[in-house]
Amino acid sequence: MSNAPLLSMRGIGKRFPGVIALDNVSLDIGAGEVVALCGENGAGKSTMMKILGGVYQPDAGELFMDGVAVKINNVTDSMKLRIAFIHQELNVLDNLDVAANVFLGREPKNALGLIDFKKIHADTEPLLKRLGLDVSSKTPLEKLSIAQKQMVEIAKALSLNSRIIIMDEPTSSLTLTETDRLLELVLELKKQGVSIVYISHRLSEVEHIADRVVVLRDGKNAGELPKADICHDKIVSLMVGREIKSSYTASTATKTPGYFKVRNARSSRYPAKSVEFDATRGEILGFAGLVGAGRSEIVKAMVGLDHGGSAEVTIGEERISIHKPADAIGHGIYLVPEDRRGEGLVTAMTVRENTTLPSLEKYSTFNLISKDRERKVTDEQIKSLKIKTPSGESLVLNLSGGNQQKVVLGKWLSMSPKVMILDEPTRGIDVGAKAEIYRLMRELADNGGVILMISSDMEEVLNVSDRVAVMHEGRITGVLERADCKEENVMNLAVGKTISAAKSAVNN
Amino acid sequence: MKKEIGISVLLFVLCAVTSIMNPKFLSPVNLVNTANLIGLYGVFSLGLGLVIITGGIDLSVGSMCALTGVILAMGLTEWHWSWPVATLVVLGLSALLGLAHGLLITRAKLQPFIVTLCGLLMYRGIARYIAHDSTKGFSGAEGIEPLRHFVSGKIFGLPAPFAILIVLSVIMWFVLHRSIYGRYLLAVGRNEQAARFSGINTQLVTASAYTIAGLLTGISGIMIAFYTNSVGPSNHGNFYELYGIAAAVLGGCSLRGGEGSVVGIIIGTALLLVLQNLVNLLGIDSSLNFAVMGAVVLFGVLADQLFKNRSAKKITAPAK
Repeated sequence: MSNAPLLSMRGIGKRFPGVIALDNVSLDIGAGEVVALCGENGAGKSTMMKILGGVYQPDAGELFMDGVAVKINNVTDSMKLRIAFIHQELNVLDNLDVAANVFLGREPKNALGLIDFKKIHADTEPLLKRLGLDVSSKTPLEKLSIAQKQMVEIAKALSLNSRIIIMDEPTSSLTLTETDRLLELVLELKKQGVSIVYISHRLSEVEHIADRVVVLRDGKNAGELPKADICHDKIVSLMVGREIKSSYTASTATKTPGYFKVRNARSSRYPAKSVEFDATRGEILGFAGLVGAGRSEIVKAMVGLDHGGSAEVTIGEERISIHKPADAIGHGIYLVPEDRRGEGLVTAMTVRENTTLPSLEKYSTFNLISKDRERKVTDEQIKSLKIKTPSGESLVLNLSGGNQQKVVLGKWLSMSPKVMILDEPTRGIDVGAKAEIYRLMRELADNGGVILMISSDMEEVLNVSDRVAVMHEGRITGVLERADCKEENVMNLAVGKTISAAKSAVNN
Repeated sequence: MKKEIGISVLLFVLCAVTSIMNPKFLSPVNLVNTANLIGLYGVFSLGLGLVIITGGIDLSVGSMCALTGVILAMGLTEWHWSWPVATLVVLGLSALLGLAHGLLITRAKLQPFIVTLCGLLMYRGIARYIAHDSTKGFSGAEGIEPLRHFVSGKIFGLPAPFAILIVLSVIMWFVLHRSIYGRYLLAVGRNEQAARFSGINTQLVTASAYTIAGLLTGISGIMIAFYTNSVGPSNHGNFYELYGIAAAVLGGCSLRGGEGSVVGIIIGTALLLVLQNLVNLLGIDSSLNFAVMGAVVLFGVLADQLFKNRSAKKITAPAK
């Protein structure tokens, strides 16, 4: 904070339909300062940085660069202010070489009006040296590792003479040594006077490199920590300091413990780590964790949708090994996937066609589908789930997000689920529909179902789950009983710490 | 359904205009001849339509007709197969080639365009090699009358290929629009991912579409060989895949997959052949044949797109 701020964002506000993403948020960045931006999933970090990068425009607030008010209307404006944004998903073209990527969109031309290859290679080489990247500027990007590709993005930022580099979760797909190398580089850049905004869930990295930590919570400033005060616990306590309205409704079901057992579940993302847990009939078991903890991958492995993943599952007394989706579906284990439109529904088909898609045999005689029988079950689902649609013959793409999600639910509910896995069941759904979906989940549990719910929404995790399993980098770090379901415990487990308060109840 | 009505109207108008300008259009000879051609082209177009519904393409149809035609002719005349054996060999081979396409596309993850393009080149080459590049006919073949009669005679007073097309269309209509398999096919074509998440074996569905397409091409191949009565391996069946694609697209199949109907494909085929007939009957220079066809397909697709854009606006307008 000793430096006069190079960039100052004041009172930034941003709303999306139905959500206030940012509310009067301020952020200063000094020259040559490494600012870590921390917060839970959905706290507003990415939105804030997208405003700085020109991807979004703020609804309120002002930006100052060197004390002068500036407007960033698009990505080009942001680049002109010498701000570079390195996204979590890298924006590089695999089919071009390093130099072509670094100079993409602003290729210098020679006398003939063609690309001056000599110049772009001559200009790229020193950048690569400066970054300690030991490849030629003529190497095609597809030959590089993810870490090296990231370096190419940083080289691009440097070639633009960027004064501020935003890094969004830069280490999420790097190995340990690559991560160390990146952290060194951040410190190196800082010495050269470049400011870095560093977004990461990995608090040990933050401790290592940050000059200052800014914490956001629910789209507001939650507090700042100067260098001397930066430590794990203080960051976590700022991240979780909010009060969560408790609306937990206890289940009324008679529980059958150990009804659903998962052993040796491995996803292709974390093939070296296996997950095991037990779930009880009649309970909602929440799965918490930070983005990238491997939760979706594990459940996909459990329903045979992860190539290279596998799981051994026991329902009641029956052992099932799952290799393909039909194995899981045949035993009443259904997944409501995170990507509703891409994976959950065929949106260009009708509500009826979506509802019966996995169970057409039930509505067919000699393989010929009876539309009457289809209509009957569809109408039942529309009625019992209160799906707002003109009729079962409407295309799903014309329904709202909440009603689309209900169609996905109806599809599986019509097939008497034993285990229902919901991945981010209420993402992008309005409050009213959310409450209905929670009610349906509870009802299903009370009727003897096992519900597994992945959620990145802390409020949802704490209010809906009977128990919470927390994952960190491919492992379950702890299972919290209802009494221990506190935000602090979840966060601590989610960042990979074991805590005494959390009864480590990973079943064996 | 709207699409089928649209092109039916177009087909009807075209027929009306042609018959007014040249009454010969309605002469029994011309009608029988046109129906015959619709039958020959319609059968492989059905198969192509199926493949297009999965979001794929089959470019090998014409070459496959040449290869099966050559094998049929040589089998019956030079290798002295009985007609049932020759028929089974041809149908088995074409289904097998279709299956090979399907497996290369679903298992080896090759692009349909590439796989069937290689098929187009290979089958043509093999046909020419087997036939030593000379035209093969059926003269000298003994005891093939039942087959010849079945595929090029009359069935219930209709030209046999047309009757066969009607029967196959009815079957395919049930398969595509009433059976579980058909629903899967449309779902896979629309959103393979969601279909997979619903437990559908999407690879099997896709591969079988190519197999069925191969089989239908084989059936066409036999009928076409007897229709032309001689098979010149270097040009027999040239461009047939493109006729089929044009017919399917005119009939409402989307190359993006997931869209299409049996009725549409048949009317699309009829439209293309009536168009050719029109070019002949109205004394338009026959070298313009392809140009007319291209223009009509373009017009049809453009009109459909404009209609779609308008109705899309109507749907989204009141929502916001």
